[in-house]
Amino acid sequence: MTASMPPAPAPPKERRAASVLLEAGGQATLPPLSRRRARPLWEIWAVFGICLVVGVVVPLLNVVPAETSALHLSEFFVSLIGKLTCYGIVAVAMDLAWGYAGILSLCHGLFFALGGYAMGMYLMRAIGTEGNYRSTLPDFMVFLDWKELPWYWHGFEHFGFAALMVVLVPGAIAYLFGFFAFRSRISGVYFSIVTQALTYAAMLLFFRNATGFGGNNGLTDFKRIIGYSLREPSTKAALCAISGLALGLTYLLARAVVGSRAGRVLTAMRDVEAKVRFCGYDPVAYKLFVWTLSAVLCGIAGALYVPQVGIINPSEMQPSNSVEIAIWVAVGGRGTLAGAILGAFLVNGAKSWLTATFPTAWLFVLGGLFVLVTLLLPGGVVDIFAALARARGNVARGIRGAQSKAVAPAPSAAPAGPVGEEPRP
Amino acid sequence: MLRQAAVVPAAAALAPRPVAAGRPGLCLTWQRYLTALALAVATFFNGGAARADTSDFATAVNALGQPSGDAVTSAAQTIGASGDARALGLLEALRDGAVIVTDGGEVTLRDASGALHDAVTGAPVAATGHPATLDNEVRRVLDPLIARLELKSPAPDVRLAAVQTLESRSSEDDAPVMRDALASEKVAPVRRALVAALAELDLASNDPQRRLGAIAAIQETGSIRFRSTLQGLVTKQDDGTYSEPDPRVRSGAQSALAALDRKQFMVDGAADVMYGLSTGSILLLSALGLAITFGLMRVINMAHGEMLMIGAYATYETQAFFHAHLPEHESWYLVASVPVALGTCMLVGALLERSVVRFLYGRPLETLLATYGLSLLLIQTVRSIFGPQNVAVENPHWLAGGTEVFEDVVIPYNRMAVVLFTIAVVAFVSYMLRGTSLGLRVRAVTQNRPMAACMGIATRRVDTWTFALGSGVGGLGGVALAQLGNVGPELGQSYIVDSFLVVVLGGVGKLMGCIVAAFSLGILNKVLEPIAGAVLGKIVVLLAVILVIQKRPQGLFAPRGRGAEGT
Repeated sequence: MTASMPPAPAPPKERRAASVLLEAGGQATLPPLSRRRARPLWEIWAVFGICLVVGVVVPLLNVVPAETSALHLSEFFVSLIGKLTCYGIVAVAMDLAWGYAGILSLCHGLFFALGGYAMGMYLMRAIGTEGNYRSTLPDFMVFLDWKELPWYWHGFEHFGFAALMVVLVPGAIAYLFGFFAFRSRISGVYFSIVTQALTYAAMLLFFRNATGFGGNNGLTDFKRIIGYSLREPSTKAALCAISGLALGLTYLLARAVVGSRAGRVLTAMRDVEAKVRFCGYDPVAYKLFVWTLSAVLCGIAGALYVPQVGIINPSEMQPSNSVEIAIWVAVGGRGTLAGAILGAFLVNGAKSWLTATFPTAWLFVLGGLFVLVTLLLPGGVVDIFAALARARGNVARGIRGAQSKAVAPAPSAAPAGPVGEEPRP
Repeated sequence: MLRQAAVVPAAAALAPRPVAAGRPGLCLTWQRYLTALALAVATFFNGGAARADTSDFATAVNALGQPSGDAVTSAAQTIGASGDARALGLLEALRDGAVIVTDGGEVTLRDASGALHDAVTGAPVAATGHPATLDNEVRRVLDPLIARLELKSPAPDVRLAAVQTLESRSSEDDAPVMRDALASEKVAPVRRALVAALAELDLASNDPQRRLGAIAAIQETGSIRFRSTLQGLVTKQDDGTYSEPDPRVRSGAQSALAALDRKQFMVDGAADVMYGLSTGSILLLSALGLAITFGLMRVINMAHGEMLMIGAYATYETQAFFHAHLPEHESWYLVASVPVALGTCMLVGALLERSVVRFLYGRPLETLLATYGLSLLLIQTVRSIFGPQNVAVENPHWLAGGTEVFEDVVIPYNRMAVVLFTIAVVAFVSYMLRGTSLGLRVRAVTQNRPMAACMGIATRRVDTWTFALGSGVGGLGGVALAQLGNVGPELGQSYIVDSFLVVVLGGVGKLMGCIVAAFSLGILNKVLEPIAGAVLGKIVVLLAVILVIQKRPQGLFAPRGRGAEGT
């Protein structure tokens, strides 16, 4: 396909200048490669700390101290942390695709839900005959008066098969969709819009009762997972610990991908795709790889999420959920893996707190976050730390002389105007 | 001929009819048989109803005063068959209980003021009395009698209603009267109804020739409701025989069925196209503003759906204003709401552009997120002002109702109004872009910004105006949507995905592409809906769009020439 298409000629200088205002690919605001790669150490430690807390400390504090002890963490808190950790995995996946490869996908919520549904199907089958209707079929099928299991439900009584599907289904859908989309060079916002439409269509599909996934109510009322009762606090703590471990592994994997040659090609492609193409790289393969990987990670996160929350329904597929994932990454700082995780924890923590205390304020806060972060803090919260670190460095250098201070980049948080095609310093 | 008509009931009572006799309503009791016989005898001695003179009429009218229901029934039948001009009014009065029998035994009519008049001469009568006997038997006979007389009424509506009354009775007695009426009928809907009613009677007759004629008539009128009847004629019963013994009739029915199916297909297709036009025009209205902000300015305005919502709420507010201050012109609030919605949304759009969007030009992904945030803010603001419930926007009286274009295909007036409104809005937008100096500037700035700036165009101000215009057009869409569905804070959310699909499919920056895309999506949706169901239809449409974008990544109407590669 790529061969049959003559490579797009580089726009002449003056046309480039003319079209810059409206057509600069949107990646211009991200700092160039070198700076981003300059701070892996604190990042690794920060993520390691988070994973340690989630994977070890929180579950232990739930299980070991007595309920009356001041150190005891409630079950609610444990499942909240477990939930946030799953969101953290999704954020890393999103950051891989968006922050590093420039693919703003608006169907990560769909992949998340698909993984969740695959796990939910296993959990439904694991209920056995303990449902309300004492039937071998899931309750909603009895309710709909179905006599036998639809073909696509077969196999989900085995955990291994379900786990395979958690990976395969989102992966296969992402691969197919990505193949067609990247091949015809749908990119930027067009890709976002089409993926959003895909999510919307999937949501409509899953809302139907006839589709066979419980319709409106989704899958719920789970009893046990591989023999362990989901009501037991120890199971919940274990799930939380596994989520923490998964987050750590996801981070290491993402780190490896980003640091690899492929990762560098992707980042280069994010910034100037045409130039990378002229160098002889095939964007389709690279993009497809990172996009599919990202979808699979989302599926795994969804599969970890469902047993902890106890329900999966089509509202997880709402297009707005997918856009929200993007804002977690943006708030934390896209293009930094730790930033993405941080953003997921910050935004969702704020959401859990605000929706409980000031329900009407939450949408204002979320909307405000979208606007303010994109306008004033394109680098995310991580940028504040970086700015602080730079300021400290400047002070240190300032002792040596004013000359270097003048050269040092200003820690500007001001937005680039329409003319700001050049990356911010 | 009329003598024959009068005799038929008796014959019908004696001869069992295979099809009709099974219906309980037609089981003739011996009283009815006697009544029919009495009538037949009476008409025989009268020497034919058509030639019944005034004195016969007067005799029959006087018979209405008798206390026996049977006597009243036969009198009513005589009056109905008399052909006298007064007959209809008299029978209607009898039905409505306005025929008063005075204490002296005189039959009188009570007019609206309560005064009594002689039923034959019309002279005023000063007396008291009681209403004429009106039992169920009389009522049953009265309705078809009145309907038969009404067949001769000058008003087509009355004739149509009469045909329907007679048809629902489905009695062989009415066939001759209807045939007479058909011969002189000019108005098409009444003719169709008559032909259909007669065909139904003929199909039930014993005479194969009449059945054949009925099938020919059905084929000619193409009335779809006969489909199941015809199907019954050509389908084998359980015992392997046909309910229709005559092979000629069966083959006629077979070909009539095929003709009906063809016609059904055409009607369905036409209905799909019309409903599709309606859906498409809604899509177009919601996408048109986006075609300006996204298509021309390349601003990914995720808050565009909220412009529709604000436009709808502006309509609601205008309605409330008219209700409170100009109740006598209330139904014209819709006209006033058009500029109100346009102005409100332009203002909101200009505000958004000045405060947020302009700082993000050239960064589409950030624009997407920021405008999404704006949409959340707008939704929550509207929710805190108007509450989370839907508000009621009513159709003005001149948009209520609809018109039947085909059998069973009704187009509501508000849908038609939306199509017309869409045409007007498209004309407005293309005039703004092609015919005004603002449009000239907009096009100049979007094509070559530095050059436009060199020519002295204030590009920043033009940006604001363009964005405001796109938002305002979205508000106009909101006015139309308020007429069709619920108005709530989340109104816009359901349109934004479709709108973007339309703009992407049509080819960014092309008004014509937007129009074609909207209508083809609308029609495709409606054609798929009966086949695949609403949800699957939508999914198929989405896949189709993705496939089209595969083939033509720039949309259906790709921009050509030097500007084409820039995106």
